[in-house]
Amino acid sequence: MPESLLDVRALDAFYGDFQALFGVSLRVAPGEVVAVIGANGAGKSTLLNCIAGAIGSRRDAILFDGEPIGDQAAHAVVGRGIALVPEGRRLFASLSVEENLLIGGQVGRVGPWNLARIYDLFPVLAERRQVPSTSLSGGQQQMVAIGRALMSNPKLLLCDEISLGLAPIVVREVYARLPSIVAEGSSLIIVEQDIVQALKAASHVYCLQEGRVALTGSAGTLTREAISAAYFGA
Amino acid sequence: MEWVNIIIQGVLIGGLYAMFAAGLALIFGVMRLVNIAHGDLIVLAAYIALMTTDTLGLNPLLAIVVVVPIMAAIGYGLQRGLLNRTLGDDVLPPLLVTFGLSVIIQNALLELFTADSRRLKAGAIEVASFQIGEGIWIGVLPLLQFVVAISVIAGLQLLFYRTALGRAFRATSDDQSVAQLMGLDNRHIFALAMALSLAVVAVAGVFLAVRTNFDPAIGPARLIFGFEAVIIGGLGSMWGTLAGGIILGVSQAIGAQINPGWQLLAGHLAFLVILAVRPEGLFPKVQG
Repeated sequence: MPESLLDVRALDAFYGDFQALFGVSLRVAPGEVVAVIGANGAGKSTLLNCIAGAIGSRRDAILFDGEPIGDQAAHAVVGRGIALVPEGRRLFASLSVEENLLIGGQVGRVGPWNLARIYDLFPVLAERRQVPSTSLSGGQQQMVAIGRALMSNPKLLLCDEISLGLAPIVVREVYARLPSIVAEGSSLIIVEQDIVQALKAASHVYCLQEGRVALTGSAGTLTREAISAAYFGA
Repeated sequence: MEWVNIIIQGVLIGGLYAMFAAGLALIFGVMRLVNIAHGDLIVLAAYIALMTTDTLGLNPLLAIVVVVPIMAAIGYGLQRGLLNRTLGDDVLPPLLVTFGLSVIIQNALLELFTADSRRLKAGAIEVASFQIGEGIWIGVLPLLQFVVAISVIAGLQLLFYRTALGRAFRATSDDQSVAQLMGLDNRHIFALAMALSLAVVAVAGVFLAVRTNFDPAIGPARLIFGFEAVIIGGLGSMWGTLAGGIILGVSQAIGAQINPGWQLLAGHLAFLVILAVRPEGLFPKVQG
């Protein structure tokens, strides 16, 4: 079994008194694409926010490259090589497209990604580099959000519902870029409600239900019935 | 001719008000913190300049070189040690804490320097002036102060829109939590913003102290001038604060000319008129 890049061990997460995750465990191997699916409120975004350090957790609940990072702040976690594409894109509204990308790059990690490579990946952004990020279409904004995260040259890229609110053709276009990101050596965790898209892109799937892992397995072996049972809690 | 002179004086003093305002606008823009102690920090800078000139025998205008880094260091420490802890969803804690800070600074200065009014002596430059036209005179010191104010504001504008630090300020202002996900430590960014704000305060404090008498109690009035200039100018750009400062300065000068007692009143009236007619200020932030 390969050494895992990310090892989440029995992670609990809380919003005040409300517990959102109960003992969630998950592993990501280097170069692997893992999908996390589940209904609204199942805890998918919470899981990503814990990994990214936006929500604090127990120190040894999250191991990255073998080191415990559960108690580290978000700005330190990104320096170690974990970048989040947040749900709803959340671009910096008063910054131009290029400035948004540059903010992603200011942690100064070396690696394959830079402005020129991001513009190769998403050529449409090169033409619109100077415009305010808010004037882009939803799909283009999602490309900026992905590019911004890639600029930190992450070993692990976390994608939170990148299909949200996008037309199906745009979703396919965005997903078509993911293999070139993996080819540069990043592992991916994709959080999706769109199961079909997630199963196509990922090799391993975790299904969350009410804060717990209800089902896990390789994407090819899970039956539709098993997924729908885990998804809706039959 | 008399009126031309008056308006010129008003414009030139507007530069000083713009410097009061720029530091306030900067930290409000970056971290939504309203610094009630801003005026007292200006006075603190004036006293630090006084100590510097007394001990080192420097010309006050050269003392700026010493006062600026001291105030910037105070700003960084103040933000990291105290003000960062007050920031959150509630706007009240920073208001109360900076209000308390204002009281503390005033009383500490009173204790150390007494209530006697002081003045920085800059030498011959204080009274130097030159004629630019029939009956129109410009003081060298007010002109220098105005040129410095424009340079400070141009510098801030460049820093905000042309440098990596400015980009980090704007990103943090837009969305603090995402900025942290991008590796920006907001505690450090906020402290840098406060350091920059107090560096501007240092320049303003020295010019204030050379132009007029000061004592530990004059801070709050400078805060009001700064606020009024910010609101007149709007929060869209640093140049707005310059416009706000000039409008305030000219209104005060005109008021004082009509009746010496109306100087401050005229400034407040101009502020109220603009607040009523254009509550977002003359140069508001463009919503994308």
